[in-house]
Amino acid sequence: MSNYSLKEVMNKPERLAPGHRMCAGCGATIAVRAVLRALHEGDRAVIGNATGCLEVSSYMYPYTAWEDSYIHNAFENAGATLSGVETAYKALKKRGRLSQEETYKFITFGGDGGTYDIGFQSLSGAMERGHDMVYVCYDNGAYMNTGIQRSSATPMYADTTTTPVGKQSDGKMQNRKDLASIIADHDVAYVAQTTFTADFKDLHTKAEKAIYTQGASFLNIMAPCPRGWRYDTPEIMKICKLAVETCYWPLFEVDHGKWTLSYEPKKKLPIEDFLREQGRFKHLFKPGNEALIAQFQAEVDRRWEDLQYKCARAD
Amino acid sequence: MAIKDRMSGNEAVSYAIRQINPDVMPAFPITPSTEIPQMVSTYIANGEIDTEFIPVESEHSAMSAAIGAQAAGARTLTATSSAGLALMWEELLLAASNRMPLALALVNRTLSGPININCDHSDGMGARDTGWIQIYAENNQEAYDNFIQAYPIAEHENVHLPIMICQDGFITSHAVENIKLLEDHAVKEFVGEYRPEEYLLNPGKPIAVGPYSVTNYAMEAKKNQEIALENAKDVILEVAKRFERISGRSYGLFEEYKTEDADYIMLLIGSAAGTAKQAAHNMRKEGKKVGVIKLRVFRPFPAKELSQALKNCKAVAIMDRCESYNGNGGPLGSEVTAGLFRNKVSVEAVNYIYGLAGRDFTVEDVYHIFEELADAVENGKETEQYQYIGLRK
Repeated sequence: MSNYSLKEVMNKPERLAPGHRMCAGCGATIAVRAVLRALHEGDRAVIGNATGCLEVSSYMYPYTAWEDSYIHNAFENAGATLSGVETAYKALKKRGRLSQEETYKFITFGGDGGTYDIGFQSLSGAMERGHDMVYVCYDNGAYMNTGIQRSSATPMYADTTTTPVGKQSDGKMQNRKDLASIIADHDVAYVAQTTFTADFKDLHTKAEKAIYTQGASFLNIMAPCPRGWRYDTPEIMKICKLAVETCYWPLFEVDHGKWTLSYEPKKKLPIEDFLREQGRFKHLFKPGNEALIAQFQAEVDRRWEDLQYKCARAD
Repeated sequence: MAIKDRMSGNEAVSYAIRQINPDVMPAFPITPSTEIPQMVSTYIANGEIDTEFIPVESEHSAMSAAIGAQAAGARTLTATSSAGLALMWEELLLAASNRMPLALALVNRTLSGPININCDHSDGMGARDTGWIQIYAENNQEAYDNFIQAYPIAEHENVHLPIMICQDGFITSHAVENIKLLEDHAVKEFVGEYRPEEYLLNPGKPIAVGPYSVTNYAMEAKKNQEIALENAKDVILEVAKRFERISGRSYGLFEEYKTEDADYIMLLIGSAAGTAKQAAHNMRKEGKKVGVIKLRVFRPFPAKELSQALKNCKAVAIMDRCESYNGNGGPLGSEVTAGLFRNKVSVEAVNYIYGLAGRDFTVEDVYHIFEELADAVENGKETEQYQYIGLRK
């Protein structure tokens, strides 16, 4: 990966064609295109997809935006469904019904609803069984397809339509679930957390590793949703940068159990810098709510220290 | 050359699976179907077959993975019972609407609650409108024979639908009876290779499965699925004819036992047919004109054919091993009476609920029912049109 060139990878043919119906500036499609660019030329893929924005907007009969074979089954079973496809690949190869020359890779996409919540069991099962596949979560921190309801990936105090801010409510009451760590504890081949950085190298490298590491891999990609987070749509790259620089969304990987920090900010920014850009946290900046921000900061710090400890221990 | 053996229903279905050697089997254990994935796993462990077994973490994932594998181009099956089938429910609909010709060995067990592991048909009947073909067996022989016919029916170009091969939990699945088995090569030849036209792992010909469909298209998809289910009726009969040639055993949509001149007919599904036939045999000796129809194919529902078979009797007892909680009878009772009406056949029809959660059903029960039918017709005695048999007093 030393000779990564953004220009070069951007010149690869798109495997998610334009013309789909996702919102302009949607983080999910940026994540999908970036992951698919990591597929080597000549390698085929079967793409799985949990029900969600991505599915209903990319394969609307009789049109599909997917250049590769694609399967959507239901909301909660993208893990199990692709595990069936991957097993069929083994069976067909073994029985000579698919040429040994053909290489297929198996990549499934789900939002945080389909991954952290309703599809959690199916994901856990597929990861534990060690299928040679990649599960990619495009994490936008709420059920965006049904209209911005909280999920277990939603950060504390976010204003969502099922945790609305009001006289008696400061938004969501709980911290978000740390799914990447949970999947790493499944003893899978490769887990990584990433998002969109200026040159996309972090995402590209991790996607390539995930796809080409034998065994089960999991990628957790923070993929902002302008509708749900309520920021100015063109600011997506700034939002991602602040998530990383505040250590709200640290970049790391767990390669066969070895934890590695992919990036350490020179100067960790205060969490306000990330929160201030987003309408879902607007209420936190009202006078009298300073303690809520302090609490948010404390949780970010705690997780960051925990992650540093895991990575240091691995050295 | 037929091989004579003694086997339970679960052993018989597993033996058929061994002979077919399907590509992929995801499964999760549940009583009383657990033995099937166990036996298949043992065949694999001993190198007798090379099916890829996926030990999934739930029945929902079993059916999800089965759909994935089948869509990818693999001949796939799973096995389950009761709550396992209920947990699959959403996926049963997707298997059918995505037109996946996969097979499911269903070992019928009651649905909770109260939780109970014994036989009735509430699991299969609960899935009756999911778009699957459903074939029920009376005994281990039929379970075996039906399973061998499963893929040729499901994979037929006019059908392309999933198929459920059902047998009664414990009564059939665990009781050991005599059985005639076919030679391995005869089964392999009969079932043939699976050669799908369109599938995910078809190099250079990618496909997309499971679209969002707007209102402009969705209704046609559902109608096409319905046409395929109707087509299955002829295909089931064609496959049965072909099967008779290699086995000598003939199958139809249902079996008629002494019905030709029968005044009173009992219509039922599954293992209780043996009891009913024995009772009818005994009553015939006393000159009573009684007969039995054992329904084999519940989906597609042979309403027209059943109406024809019932048109000359004076009364029919429609036996449901399932309560449907519609306040108006069991599923078979509702469908048969609707079928009779549509085909303009008017006979006395009494719907009995029997054998729930493994409750015994005896020849005495059958005598009582035939006597009640005769009393209603010959003496004009008013009879409850929907009633339970064998309840504790």
